[in-house]
Amino acid sequence: MKKQSPKDRVKNFNEVALGMSEEEAVKEATRCLFCKEPKCSANCPVEIDIPRFIEAIKNKKFDEAIKIVKEKNNLPGVCGRVCPQEDQCEAACVLNAKGKPINIGVLERFAADWELNNITHYTLHITQKRDSKIAVIGSGPAGLTCAGDLARLGYQVIVFEALHTAGGVLVYGIPEFRLPKEIVKKEIEYLKSLGVEVRTNFIVGINTTLKELFAEGYKVVFVGTGAGLPSFMKIPGENLDRVYSSNELLTRANLMKAYLFPEYDTPINIGKKVAVIGGGNTAMDSARVSLRLGAEKVFIIYRRSEKEMPARQEEIENAKEEGIELHMLTLPKKIIGDDKGFVKAMECVKMELGEPDSSGRRRPITIKGSEFVMDVDTVVVAIGQSPNPVFLKATPELKLGKWDKIEVDPNTQATNVRGVYAGGDATLGDDTVIAAMGAGKRAARAIHNSLT
Amino acid sequence: MFKILSNEKIAPAVFRMDLEAALVAKKAAGGQFVMIRIDEKGERIPLTIADINGKNITIVYQVVGVTTHKLTEKKAGSALEDVVGPLGHATDARKFGTVCCIGGGVGIAELYPVVRAYKNAGNKVIVIIGARNKELVIFKDKLSKVCDEIFVTTDDGSDGEKGFVSNVLKRLMDSGANIDLVYAVGPAVMMKVVADMTRPAGIKTLASLNTVLVDGTGMCGSCRIEVAGETRFACVDGPEFDAHEVNFEEMMARQSLFKDKEAHACKIRGILQ
Repeated sequence: MKKQSPKDRVKNFNEVALGMSEEEAVKEATRCLFCKEPKCSANCPVEIDIPRFIEAIKNKKFDEAIKIVKEKNNLPGVCGRVCPQEDQCEAACVLNAKGKPINIGVLERFAADWELNNITHYTLHITQKRDSKIAVIGSGPAGLTCAGDLARLGYQVIVFEALHTAGGVLVYGIPEFRLPKEIVKKEIEYLKSLGVEVRTNFIVGINTTLKELFAEGYKVVFVGTGAGLPSFMKIPGENLDRVYSSNELLTRANLMKAYLFPEYDTPINIGKKVAVIGGGNTAMDSARVSLRLGAEKVFIIYRRSEKEMPARQEEIENAKEEGIELHMLTLPKKIIGDDKGFVKAMECVKMELGEPDSSGRRRPITIKGSEFVMDVDTVVVAIGQSPNPVFLKATPELKLGKWDKIEVDPNTQATNVRGVYAGGDATLGDDTVIAAMGAGKRAARAIHNSLT
Repeated sequence: MFKILSNEKIAPAVFRMDLEAALVAKKAAGGQFVMIRIDEKGERIPLTIADINGKNITIVYQVVGVTTHKLTEKKAGSALEDVVGPLGHATDARKFGTVCCIGGGVGIAELYPVVRAYKNAGNKVIVIIGARNKELVIFKDKLSKVCDEIFVTTDDGSDGEKGFVSNVLKRLMDSGANIDLVYAVGPAVMMKVVADMTRPAGIKTLASLNTVLVDGTGMCGSCRIEVAGETRFACVDGPEFDAHEVNFEEMMARQSLFKDKEAHACKIRGILQ
């Protein structure tokens, strides 16, 4: 798949990966062996019939291909871009044994983009209307998937979103250059065409409560409130000016379009040398956004080694290509400010890897006396998020587990409260967009079973 | 869309806007705020709820940057793209005894529902409001009706007594007014002076903080502030905190993060020069 060259792309927020042409897609689809018992589909969290849609592409029946994808996946343009296919469908491809697996992710994206470019109104006819009203809290990948699947079954689905735009992490978190917001918007429009209603500026936990939803006649509630509360390191200097949580940096840049300031009104204040702390996809996104906002040098600071970084390999490669420097086995100790309260440097210490910890990764240990000072003027803390507390505080009846995440039955996504299901980052065990979507799908199925 | 019912200038660079926002009004109480966004390209800014009437809310804003300038241009009958809230904790208006509510500048407007709530809870409420000059003293009559006693100060002495709100507070404390609780809302420096005055006297003091916000729901951490040695989020943990424990120096420094950007945006639009 073609990409914008690193030299060009660091100067814009346009999409980095450019997708495939019809010719390239057909050629790639032709490589597929169309296994009788496809392992790729078995490894897809949203159960797409992969060989069948690839076969349609091979036969140049692109409208057929997207229909097959959409039988299971309401957000193909999103998934084709941000799914870690290398760990899922593509990892299971039998062609791995001979060399390269089929590039399933890019083919999915191709089918989705083909539809967006060629069909103005592709609507699905919902045969059966059902009376039950279902509330979905949060319009991120888990909520949207659950909402879409239930709407297709004929239920009345209302999605409540706290922000002014639907999409959750797809709009505030993932940058434009990885996932254009126009794609998210169009896929949400598709969900609306299925009958899903989205109410923005509506905070469940404030404007209404779980009890009130049931009193208003909702039969089931799905909680997909995400992990919106940013974690900080609790080190000195963390509240200095130009220390941002990754959430703040990304929300300003993505949701509020601060990269188009002053055409858009939301500002961002980025210096010349940016240290991004963390090793996940959010850290990679933060680093690449900082670079595009005009930083001259961007460093990723991570306390373990590159091998342990949780980010997708592709994102690490993209970051490196763009000139972002990885400083591994490094732990920030304190952030140093100038007399006006702005960041002027950061003190770090070197680490080495010891025995594996409970996560199976080798535990980083401080090397005594290895402290050093980095010359940076901006720090972005991307060390993780925990569930947004607004809804949870207002809903004490929900049983929470570790890190205040909602406990659910992994097969049905049911919580301890009757009629309440949950999925995505608000629950234990999910982390990627596709994992959240898988949870939304499981929940929709269980909800349907409970109502029929 | 949220319909604007009125948008009037009530003092130099200070406007009062009444908005139809039924969902907000239904659950709103004193001390809470809304986030608003004017249009597609707008930023989200926090504004404290200054009054609630049926389906409508009142907000009072001072023109300080691009967004508040754009707000002044909105006519009654037009609408704001987004209004969400009520956000933050409502004021815990129990009976304390004698409560002294202090407002500075545009912060005065935010006092009204708070004063009313303390009064309704059976407290004796003393109000002290301060502004630079007479023209900037707002809500005096409105507040007079819901409190037991009101004092006005102006920097130049053009209304009430010359000086600062803290002068009146000091005098009240020295004269043996048994104040059980002080509530302060206004410029950070005013709240700091008040806190420094009540701390040695051991008078419980609350400050309503006006930090920089983006989402207002605990998501971004832009509003974080050190309180009692710990980082708290003004949006979801506040906006009211124990004023004796707030790191006001840090708050003032954090308020300056976007000053240059804001000045630039104003300059290229040719406003607020």
